Amino acid sequence: MESIEDIMKLDKEKLAAPIKTIEEKWRLLPAFLKTKGLVKQHIDSFNYFINVEIKKIMKANDKVLSDADPNFYLKYLNIYVGMPNVQESLGIAQSISPHECRLRDITYSAPITVDIEFVRGKQPYIKKNVEIGRMPIMLRSSNCILTGKTAAEMAHLNECPMDPGGYFIVRGAEKVILIQEQLSKNRMIVDKDSKGNIECSVTSSTHERKSKTYVYQKKGNFYLKHNIFSEDIPVAIAFKAMGVACDQDIIQLVGNEEEAFDAMSPCLEECHRAQVFTPLQALEFIFSKIRQRMYGTKKSKADEARDVLKNVILAHVPVVDWNFKPKAIYLALMVRRIVLTQAGKIKLDDSDYYGNKRLELAGQLLSLLFEDLFKLYNLDLMKVADKNIPKVRATEFDITKFMRTDPITFGLVNAIATGNWTIKRFKMDRGGVTQVLSRLSYISALGMMTRINSQFEKTRKVSGPRSLQPSQWGLLCPSDTPEGEACGLVKNLALMTHITVDVDEGPIARIAVSLGVEDIETLSRDEVSSPNFYTVFLNGNILGMTNHCKRMVTIFRKLRRAGYINAFVSIFPNHSHKCIYIASDGGRVCRPYIIVNNKRPLVTKKHIEDLSREFRCFEDFLHEGLVEYLDVNEENDAMIALYESHITEDTTHLEIEPFTILGVCAGLIPYPHHNQSPRNTYQCAMGKQAMGTIGYNQRNRIDTLLYLLAYPQAPLVKSKTIELIHFDKLPAGQNATVAVMSYSGYDIEDALCCRESCNSFICLFPAGFGRCLVYRKQTCAVKRYANQTFDRIMGPKVDRETFKPIWKHQPLDHDGIAAPGMRIENRQVMVNKEMPTITSPSLQPQMGQIKQTEYKETPVTYKGSEPSYVERVLITSNQEESFLVKMLMRQTRRPEVGDKFSSRHGQKGVCGLIVPQEDMPFTDLVSNLVHK
Amino acid sequence: MSHLEELRRKVNLTEYTIDNVNSTDFPGTYNGYDDSWSQGKFEETFQIDIVSLSGCDMEFDMVGVDAAIANAVRRILLAEVPTMAIETVSIWNNTSIIQDEVLAHRLGLIPIKADPRLFEYRQKDSEEQTSEDTIQFKLKVKCSRNTLVSDATDPDVLYKNHKVYTRDMEWVPLPGQEHLVSKIDLTLVKGLSRSAELGDEMELDLELHCVKGIGKDHAKFSPVATASYRLLPEIRLLRRFYDDEAEKLQKCFSPGVIDLVETSDGRKVAKVVNARLDTCSRNVFRHDDLKDGVLLQKVRDHFIFSVESTGILAPDVLVSEAIKILIGKCQKFLQELDEGAGDKGRQKKGKRT
Repeated sequence: MESIEDIMKLDKEKLAAPIKTIEEKWRLLPAFLKTKGLVKQHIDSFNYFINVEIKKIMKANDKVLSDADPNFYLKYLNIYVGMPNVQESLGIAQSISPHECRLRDITYSAPITVDIEFVRGKQPYIKKNVEIGRMPIMLRSSNCILTGKTAAEMAHLNECPMDPGGYFIVRGAEKVILIQEQLSKNRMIVDKDSKGNIECSVTSSTHERKSKTYVYQKKGNFYLKHNIFSEDIPVAIAFKAMGVACDQDIIQLVGNEEEAFDAMSPCLEECHRAQVFTPLQALEFIFSKIRQRMYGTKKSKADEARDVLKNVILAHVPVVDWNFKPKAIYLALMVRRIVLTQAGKIKLDDSDYYGNKRLELAGQLLSLLFEDLFKLYNLDLMKVADKNIPKVRATEFDITKFMRTDPITFGLVNAIATGNWTIKRFKMDRGGVTQVLSRLSYISALGMMTRINSQFEKTRKVSGPRSLQPSQWGLLCPSDTPEGEACGLVKNLALMTHITVDVDEGPIARIAVSLGVEDIETLSRDEVSSPNFYTVFLNGNILGMTNHCKRMVTIFRKLRRAGYINAFVSIFPNHSHKCIYIASDGGRVCRPYIIVNNKRPLVTKKHIEDLSREFRCFEDFLHEGLVEYLDVNEENDAMIALYESHITEDTTHLEIEPFTILGVCAGLIPYPHHNQSPRNTYQCAMGKQAMGTIGYNQRNRIDTLLYLLAYPQAPLVKSKTIELIHFDKLPAGQNATVAVMSYSGYDIEDALCCRESCNSFICLFPAGFGRCLVYRKQTCAVKRYANQTFDRIMGPKVDRETFKPIWKHQPLDHDGIAAPGMRIENRQVMVNKEMPTITSPSLQPQMGQIKQTEYKETPVTYKGSEPSYVERVLITSNQEESFLVKMLMRQTRRPEVGDKFSSRHGQKGVCGLIVPQEDMPFTDLVSNLVHK
Repeated sequence: MSHLEELRRKVNLTEYTIDNVNSTDFPGTYNGYDDSWSQGKFEETFQIDIVSLSGCDMEFDMVGVDAAIANAVRRILLAEVPTMAIETVSIWNNTSIIQDEVLAHRLGLIPIKADPRLFEYRQKDSEEQTSEDTIQFKLKVKCSRNTLVSDATDPDVLYKNHKVYTRDMEWVPLPGQEHLVSKIDLTLVKGLSRSAELGDEMELDLELHCVKGIGKDHAKFSPVATASYRLLPEIRLLRRFYDDEAEKLQKCFSPGVIDLVETSDGRKVAKVVNARLDTCSRNVFRHDDLKDGVLLQKVRDHFIFSVESTGILAPDVLVSEAIKILIGKCQKFLQELDEGAGDKGRQKKGKRT
């Protein structure tokens, strides 16, 4: 019989039993990677550029007019980026695969075509599909031939299905446009300048102009600072110039508080001292301070100053019909920020805070470049029209005859090939934007795709931008950063990070207005300063004000979860600023979370089961409002539980999986939480150097230098990340049995001994521990010259007596090119090329005099102390060279003294001694390596 | 006295150290012990027990010798017992994806089941091959589409000769080697070692030459996959362990080392039944409540050898071959001593086994 206590005890246990946790919620991660992928940010950004942004650029610059003929015009109607192809001889365009581009040293690019309307003679014409240039195409983007292909189809195209894509192939080289980190545009940042004065700065960025405006305080006065002014302008004068003539208005714009009065009164005094009382006087005052004056314009002083205020100062705040009110309010808010900061009511902004950062991706960078090139192109067309229209010719002037493709093509290709991003319009001259995709191993290629480059100078010794910011949690890998000068400046994305693209502002603004945002101009000054009123910002611009902050934010989020607002639009209130910020701009980093409601996560076990049965995908979770993306700023308004057991009353979100805090490289480390933290950082740098496999198509590639392991092994100890990124399918390294011991003399500073020929056949190692293959490329172009002569390739020279080829020519085949499989030693000939002695046309013999062309030997010889074998010979052609010979040389190497070995925990060592098998330490098992 | 006996015969395993590892049983170490070497005493104590012998594996105990001798046997097994292995590969055609050097290396590691005692070492400077020192093989395989099946996706079905095995190697007897066919089995050890994988229309046409060699020159000549020894572990329980404690103790050792015996009063007590199985992990020392009651030791002159042959020769044959080589070395050493020192002052230094 059970006693009452027993029953009580039973129930207690039952009651105390935890609510079933969502097991295997990490399964959301592969689902996420399936839809988003590791390099999805690059591809998304590029897709956005070629499908949306490029049309906007065209629309903004769609007319070419000529001064010579007022009737003439050229109007772009539409613009398209096609599918990649190559122009073979006879003008035939042929579809091309990325691998063919790599082998033939050509650019994987697609034509950019436009539909135009133009005037010829007096008649308007419409012409469709006029090519204006070629756009290098990002692999796996919407216009790449690989998108949507199955693994078998990829194999047919010689492409590795594991390859992430997201890079370009330019003249045969794989180039990555690194992610660039920048301070966000159009946002106020309150910070201290070098002299300790508090300043509020805004970097305005519009399509036309980039400029930085400062408001700062000096000796109790506020000044407006901008590069265009030779002298800083007292802020009160600026206000007056913007049409706020009344002193009371100026002060009330800044605020109704005591501090605002105190702060503004000296400014007004200064304004009076400068004898500026009316807006016109203020404009004239400003005109006198403008540094560069525009010549040739016949505008009045005031108009010119007004132009400057409209277009240059705070350029991102729109001025419609010369209504400066929004700009004045914005400027007032900047002053107010400083005033409140000094009063200690709000804190200084942290420019290292990751919510203030934007990541610039390939799409954004290319759109900057393309817009510049397109404008230049149109300018050129205009010049051509100006020059040609006045001339009287038999045929009418036809602008399409002058639409060349070269300027845009070369502009784009050169920028990607060299990495020099020069945009004159913005005075931008950046180097090293692109890098050659590192194909040392699969991981090095993946790691490069997630790398973030900071614009910060590397030489400056400051710790701020280099140190790990708490706001980077979960978005950037805490371990993966290089050591040395770039430490902390080069970062890597974490596994689940997504980078947003631009979302249209219009609908968001409309929704915000219907949620109760009121136009700031219609509100009285007293209301504006009341504590319940929150200013609503949309991408850095003031949208209006609301006194229902909480309600607005909640409803906005509900609408977003319901799918009425784009999932990547973020909203968050800042209570000390009394602001609500809505952001829909591109380049914000964000990450998905499980939504928690009433202490229960919305994702349940059933959802996960559906997911593993593939009834659901990640997008479904998003659409059903079970999961949502939060960016860095919105994270601050959320309570995120790391584990389900940590959920409390206030919890709003649940982390999907803790290990997603790490990036690709750190994810390879088994049990990283047991390591000393710098070891993980070392490993991140070293994992990229690991030798092994680089892709399923590695044997079809002809790279300048390629290292492969003869017997790569999948790791025995796997992490979830390893499986997610398929590192087990393209492994680097081997599983070694390691004895840890001291061995005098050979163990100084990370040295290790290695067993000689660790390759017993029936052992755990099939054969050849550490045996590797080194592939090198040799190219030889057979050229044609201006005087109708050309290079030729001759057969091998034969010894007079033995009738065998001379030693130098022994590897050559009958065609004069080394045969595959031949061993080539130092100074032997690989291609027996001959060049004509005279190549310039001026030295040509006179007419009628037929002279035999003389040739001199210019063979391609092998240099290297170790002999190589010819793996493969490729004979092809491309645009520059009509006849191109590429050769792949192979060497097989075994480990030797001085080779570097490492574990997966940043424990590296240089092989100091190779000992025979019988001298190795042994237990019941046998070891391969001895670590110090 | 027993303490001294332990010092002489046992290695002590403690929590952090391994004590008393050096052998001390040579004359003059201990007072009252006659440690001089004599044939009679050696014959009395020395013994070899074969514990298991099956196919390629053998485990045997060697008791009553110094570690130097046991190690010499191990080293000779690894490095100095000769075998036949492929030394040169003439590649007439190789259109497979496997590189020539890698293929040749793989072929070199194939154990050739030919009794090395029937062959001679090849002279260092001689290029030509003779019937006494070379075995020649031919490997000519071409992969082709299996015309009988059309819709298969498994390459093993779709292609003929998709995988190249050592059974595809064909022995080409050199002139004068005909007699070997009947005398020994010249088939390959592992009939199914895969040396390459071919795709459609890929072809291999190779000529392989085997020579005799020793593991010192290249590991491919080594007749053993592994050859190692360990010392016999000894576990002594200094107090009794009952019930939960006994179970905890049992888990500290390899399975089968400790057994739980039921006592008359119904309690379970731990008992060491087979110390030999223990891996000497010393896991027991991690438990403060157990470590005081256990003494872990190893017997210094009891070697448990395990020899795993590649299959060319049986492991027992390998061991006896190794011992023969050791004897040969000793004799050579003695001979050199005799020559060097002349007749005067000859010392009894040689080791006879």
